[in-house]
Amino acid sequence: MFTRRNLLGAVAALSLAGMATSASAQDAMYIPLISKGFQHQFWQAVKAGADKAGEELGVNVSFEGPDNETQVDKQLDMLAAALANKPAAIGFAALDSQAAIPQLRQAQEAGIPVIAFDSGVDSDIPVALAATDNIAAAAMAADKLAELIGGAGKVAVVAHDQTSRTGVDRRDGFVNRMKEAHPDVEIVAIEYGGGDHLKSTEITKALLTANPDLKGIFGTNEGSAIGVVNGVTEAGASDVVIVGYDSGKAQTDAIRDGRMAGAITQNPVGIGYETVKAAVAAARGEQVQASIDTGFYWYDKSNIDAPEIAAVLYD
Amino acid sequence: MTGTQATIPAQQRRSGAARQMLLAFASLIALVIGFSLASPNFFQVSNIMAILQATSVNGVLAVGVTLIIITGGIDLSIGTLMTFCAVMTGVVLTWAGMPLILGVLTAIGTGAACGLVSGMFVARMKIPPFIATLGMMLMLKGLSLIVTGTKPIYFNDTPGFTQIAQGSVVGALIPGLPLPNGVLILFLVAAVTAWILGRTVLGRYTFALGSNEEAVRLSGVNTDAWKMAIYALAGGIVGIGGLLISSRLNSAQPALGLGYELEAIAAVVIGGTSLAGGRGTILGTLIGALIMSVLTNGLRVLSVAPEWQTVVTGAIIIVAVYADQLRRRKASQG
Repeated sequence: MFTRRNLLGAVAALSLAGMATSASAQDAMYIPLISKGFQHQFWQAVKAGADKAGEELGVNVSFEGPDNETQVDKQLDMLAAALANKPAAIGFAALDSQAAIPQLRQAQEAGIPVIAFDSGVDSDIPVALAATDNIAAAAMAADKLAELIGGAGKVAVVAHDQTSRTGVDRRDGFVNRMKEAHPDVEIVAIEYGGGDHLKSTEITKALLTANPDLKGIFGTNEGSAIGVVNGVTEAGASDVVIVGYDSGKAQTDAIRDGRMAGAITQNPVGIGYETVKAAVAAARGEQVQASIDTGFYWYDKSNIDAPEIAAVLYD
Repeated sequence: MTGTQATIPAQQRRSGAARQMLLAFASLIALVIGFSLASPNFFQVSNIMAILQATSVNGVLAVGVTLIIITGGIDLSIGTLMTFCAVMTGVVLTWAGMPLILGVLTAIGTGAACGLVSGMFVARMKIPPFIATLGMMLMLKGLSLIVTGTKPIYFNDTPGFTQIAQGSVVGALIPGLPLPNGVLILFLVAAVTAWILGRTVLGRYTFALGSNEEAVRLSGVNTDAWKMAIYALAGGIVGIGGLLISSRLNSAQPALGLGYELEAIAAVVIGGTSLAGGRGTILGTLIGALIMSVLTNGLRVLSVAPEWQTVVTGAIIIVAVYADQLRRRKASQG
């Protein structure tokens, strides 16, 4: 009977003692980041950026996220625990943009500024959003594709969807830039494959059948881009130039062996870094830019192994 | 299932479980005191409410699965069943635009119906509970994704739906005590289930099936029917869990649920219910669920790295069950 109490007590004491170190630095500003996950390479890169900013600015940063992106309720519990610690500011990447609103309101009432990162929230409570500027990134994809096909000819877009923010921004960013800067390039079709490999493959083959003189295709996310590569390969149209988005093993492999010309990658390290920087500024009562572009890179066979690119790519 | 247990008089069996529960309670208090000393931010009304809120869903699932574990069975499908119940509620309320009460009944009814199916697999078709409910777990996960087309269903058109878990009747009556309704529902579910277990024939057979099913059957009881009833009751309780989580998230998230069954089972075990069957209390399960969420929240408030939180939670489960084993060995020697 006493054994059990003693054992549990010992465990409790041990764990508490172990934490005393982390809890003792009370005077520094405390900024928790509640992310969509922490095990994946992408989120580890966000965490690395956040830690870097924490070190530079002399604040305590913690980084936490649920085991997978389905656990919306666990993320809310994490947000609640973070709020209990009366942080100076909070960084939050919502898994479900509506579900978190009660907690965000609680933060607002307590005067704790919230910085959204990676994706926004359906609410005006976050003072800033640190995320990739998808419009600018897709414009860069347009420039690269135009350059690769010699500034003239027919191209097509295989987008992941027509309703989500990223889908719309990447499509419009690409299309508008093409129209403005590359008048001799004609966008003959914009199709939606839902980011599904197979669907995007079928779409690509149909596009090539309809437009045998197609010179280039832009796939707007990982699944779309891989579908485009598969479709072009199956149709045997190896001279079509393909530009992709994000990374992942299949896409980096396609770039290495030349089936894909190159792709845009987001900058997860920058997302973490800018989130903490904005959180510190907001906590000090300084003006914070509402929309913070965390940057992106173009990568192809020539720079895929360069340290700054390799750091932001994931398998 | 264990032969020796059946020879222990019911009175003694219950007092053994009660002692285990008391120890679990002492551990809970120790944890709360420890965390309160370690961080001034832990013992605050808002954080205590957050802990209780975090307990509500896991607690309800744990109460449901306690019944099945006492019969000597196990139910791995409770996590995805919870989700499926939430999804069906979404279909009824958001897609069909039915009134709120029908949504509530759908959640409980779906849970009970699926529980009945699991019970049939186990009792009539003699599939081992672990396998039967593993199959159910996967089927229900798939069905949730199929029904929703993998997208969440929101409850924006059903006013008052979020109040089921997030509102506070207690807070309206007693200012300064914003106890979420979800927690109140957990306590109600636990009280009713404890009453069923302790005061009804169904409860008596739940323990009897776990102690010695063969003896119960030979004395002329239709064990299959009772077992199916217990699985259906547990399923209905899980349905209430589905209602709570969808109310809390204002949405039915179809991909969620996998892994929640193990957390619920862990709470049951920490609370002193034996996985061998025949022994257990609802109050113990409630305390077990509270220990888990106090631990999770406390470690977070102390900013322990998430990797270490997982390690500590795992260690606590081992320690709790090992201590229980030690105590029981001592009891059987004396």
